[in-house]
Amino acid sequence: MSTDVTNTPAEAPPGKSGSNDTGENLVRLMLDGMRRNMRQYGMLIALGLIVALFAVWTGGDTLLPHNVSNLVLQNSYILILAIGMMLVIIAGHIDLSVGSLTAFVGAFAAVMTVQHGVSWPVALVLSLAVGAVAGSVQGFLIAYLGIPSFIVTLAGMLIFRGLTEILLKGQTLGPFPGGLQKMGNGFLPEVGPTTNYHNITLLLGLAVIVFVVLQEVRDRKRQQEFSLDVLPAKLFLLKLVALVAAVLTVTMMLASYKGAPIVLLILGALVVGYGYMMRNAVFGRHIYAIGGNLPAAKLSGVKDKKVTFYVFLNMGMLAALAGLVVAARLNAASPKAGLSFELEAIASSFIGGASMSGGVGTVLGAIIGGLVLGVLNNGMNLLSVGTDWQQVIKGLALLAAVGFDVWNKRKSGS
Amino acid sequence: MAGPVLEMRSIVKTFPGVKALSDVTLTVRQGEVHAICGENGAGKSTLMKVLSGVHPHGSYEGEILFEGDVCRFGDIRASEQHGIVIIHQELALSPYLSLAENIFLGNEHARGGFINWNETLRHATQLLRRVGLTDHPETRVADIGVGKQQLVEIAKALSKKVKLLILDEPTAALNDEDSDKLLDLILELKKQGITSIIISHKLNEIRKVADSVTILRDGQSIETLDVKAPETTEDRIISGMVGRDLDHRFPERTPHHPEEDAAPALEIRDWTVHHPIDQQRKVADDVSLHVRRGEIVGIAGLMGAGRTELAMSVFGRSYGRYAGGTVLKDGKEIRTKTVAEAVGHGIAYVTEDRKHYGLNLIDTINRNISLTALDKVAKRGLVDEHEERQVAERYRKSMNIKAPTVFEPVGKLSGGNQQKVVLSKWIFAGPDVLILDEPTRGIDVGAKFEIYTVIDKLAAEGKAIIFISSELPELLGMCDRIYTMAAGRLTGEFSRAEATQEVLMRQMTKDKEVTR
Repeated sequence: MSTDVTNTPAEAPPGKSGSNDTGENLVRLMLDGMRRNMRQYGMLIALGLIVALFAVWTGGDTLLPHNVSNLVLQNSYILILAIGMMLVIIAGHIDLSVGSLTAFVGAFAAVMTVQHGVSWPVALVLSLAVGAVAGSVQGFLIAYLGIPSFIVTLAGMLIFRGLTEILLKGQTLGPFPGGLQKMGNGFLPEVGPTTNYHNITLLLGLAVIVFVVLQEVRDRKRQQEFSLDVLPAKLFLLKLVALVAAVLTVTMMLASYKGAPIVLLILGALVVGYGYMMRNAVFGRHIYAIGGNLPAAKLSGVKDKKVTFYVFLNMGMLAALAGLVVAARLNAASPKAGLSFELEAIASSFIGGASMSGGVGTVLGAIIGGLVLGVLNNGMNLLSVGTDWQQVIKGLALLAAVGFDVWNKRKSGS
Repeated sequence: MAGPVLEMRSIVKTFPGVKALSDVTLTVRQGEVHAICGENGAGKSTLMKVLSGVHPHGSYEGEILFEGDVCRFGDIRASEQHGIVIIHQELALSPYLSLAENIFLGNEHARGGFINWNETLRHATQLLRRVGLTDHPETRVADIGVGKQQLVEIAKALSKKVKLLILDEPTAALNDEDSDKLLDLILELKKQGITSIIISHKLNEIRKVADSVTILRDGQSIETLDVKAPETTEDRIISGMVGRDLDHRFPERTPHHPEEDAAPALEIRDWTVHHPIDQQRKVADDVSLHVRRGEIVGIAGLMGAGRTELAMSVFGRSYGRYAGGTVLKDGKEIRTKTVAEAVGHGIAYVTEDRKHYGLNLIDTINRNISLTALDKVAKRGLVDEHEERQVAERYRKSMNIKAPTVFEPVGKLSGGNQQKVVLSKWIFAGPDVLILDEPTRGIDVGAKFEIYTVIDKLAAEGKAIIFISSELPELLGMCDRIYTMAAGRLTGEFSRAEATQEVLMRQMTKDKEVTR
């Protein structure tokens, strides 16, 4: 076993003889992996198709740099919520309160900054703290008192909506100080010589590319150190090229408009951080374990109550962040902010591969699901489809995604 | 003597991979109480499911004659129309409906889809009287005890004009008083002309109510005895139940001779647990036992003896209500109030129900194996996936888990391979004491041998092992010492040399010392 690996160092020329057998094995492995994550891969392909379709229908408008930029800004808060919601759903729960909570935190931030002149960094920290407290109260009721999450968060939905109206006295409050505004609408600052592109964004894109490549190479080396099977050199190269191309495309698009939106950076950090946590952190594993089989997780020594509590605390914090972004984007806190956000976040998670019974799903899936909804919204807006039909179509998309998954599972007999 | 009311001839029932019944013949006379007994897995419940149509006609071979007619039941309804009613071990009442509603569930007194409540209540009251209940028919089922619920089941059967009543271990969940009431009722119904079949392995119960007893063993009907005949002693019944050769194979084991002066690796003292709902019932009653390093200690008992309940209660109070007792590890008292504490003290409990309590079926092999001891493959709270994968690969090879990769969801594996994953998971946790609960249940002979070998190796490495099993040959083949349990209490302790199937079975079928 170990001799087998030492004579295939990383620099081995592509297509070296002897890798045939393992190569075949790996292709099967990859297909296996794809089959298992059918919903996610299916949705990635569906997302590509939807983008292509709208690009054709709108005569290319969908892919214009400023529209791509808009797409990010318009959907950022749903995507932030979808990340937290995915965790909640994987743990086997649901959170209906996040829409109201985003409104409440937006109102709280507005009252502090606009009415009391609190500086924006302080307001930011306090707002996140409010979200964390709200989340932990709900988490406590669910985890330690055993009240079903549906009930607790349904109550939360009403309570936070009501508190928002009380805070704002039914009126819209704004504008926000500059620092907070940037969270919703801001772009990275520009420096350096005038090119046709946004310099910092280009540099950032380059940094991401370098990081991704290094990470992949390091990962491959580690796998070899542990004498595990690795992708054959050819396939590995192909994967690298595809990754680089994807990052490059997005970078160029953003760089040819106003540059990367600040909220995209926040979102990027969240996706990488939470994705890594769900995959690699003990805490993430425990979330999957309690959602997949609660009695088994308990008997394995997983502290299920604590895990549940933190999942809801986290959801509260992310809802607060989303609330700040929404308020900043509209540059005002409104009593009607965040209406039905919870439903969009839940729909994103299910489109992205979550299961009603818990234990299944990925952060990336939630993002893909959110983008499917976002692109549908955006594309239909460009085509001036009314909100009436937009809702019908989004509903059908949710049904189709989950229906396809159910059908696919039944077919494979699992 | 009355003629036969029921004849089951040469019944054969096969499940994928297992022959549950091979050639069973059962003859029940009109108006008698007929007991069926046999070890766990002997085929008792399957036979009754064939009779009541749960396994429909066509899914088995053989013939059923009821009141002289050949019967081909397609479902339970069909058998009930003939007056055959089965009451399952797990009660099938809807807890939040009233007694009356439950009695007539699916069989309502109704006209045009609307229930006639007056008639329902009148009839329900009458039926409840017949089974000796004075509760109001509008009481919710959840508000009465398990004993009374059993009687409601019988009232429900009576409402269906029952001629042949089948009771599957009716007293398994009942306390002594309720058991007595139920047995008296069966005798009362007998006077009214109702024939009963009662599945039980409590020999004193059989002596009390049954007229004859049929013994099943390994899916075959061995013999039918007249209970009232003087030569039918309890020993006679026991020898019928266990009279099987040691047909399983076991690894060569050098019996362990522990140093008597060293403190036991694990000692349980005076452990008592109450049933989680029925607080009156003790599922484990003042149990004391110990196991030394390198020793395999068996706990023998029939279903409901309290073995699993005892083990789970010791392991982080995972079952029932703790009512006293201490646990000592290497002579020092330890706290095992939570699973994490128990695991921290080097105790592992490998469940009998791997699907519900052992594995996350939708997750992969590697993630299941690492779950209990994630810290071993993690640094600062972050799991090293490569190391985790390597660990899983190691167990896949050493335990011979048959799966293409360690990324296979465990739900897709066979029972034997799932069991190996559960074992791997707990071995990876690195415990000193392993409590194995029915580690070979529902897996084929080849995989059984592999698991015996693993257990033997663990003991040789100096682990202390508690081996809970319902299969006596397995305990006799593997254990250095065997405890027997019955009705929540330890009823005996035998060295490897003393233990035989007959000796163990006698202690396992022993109910409370106070005979009725």
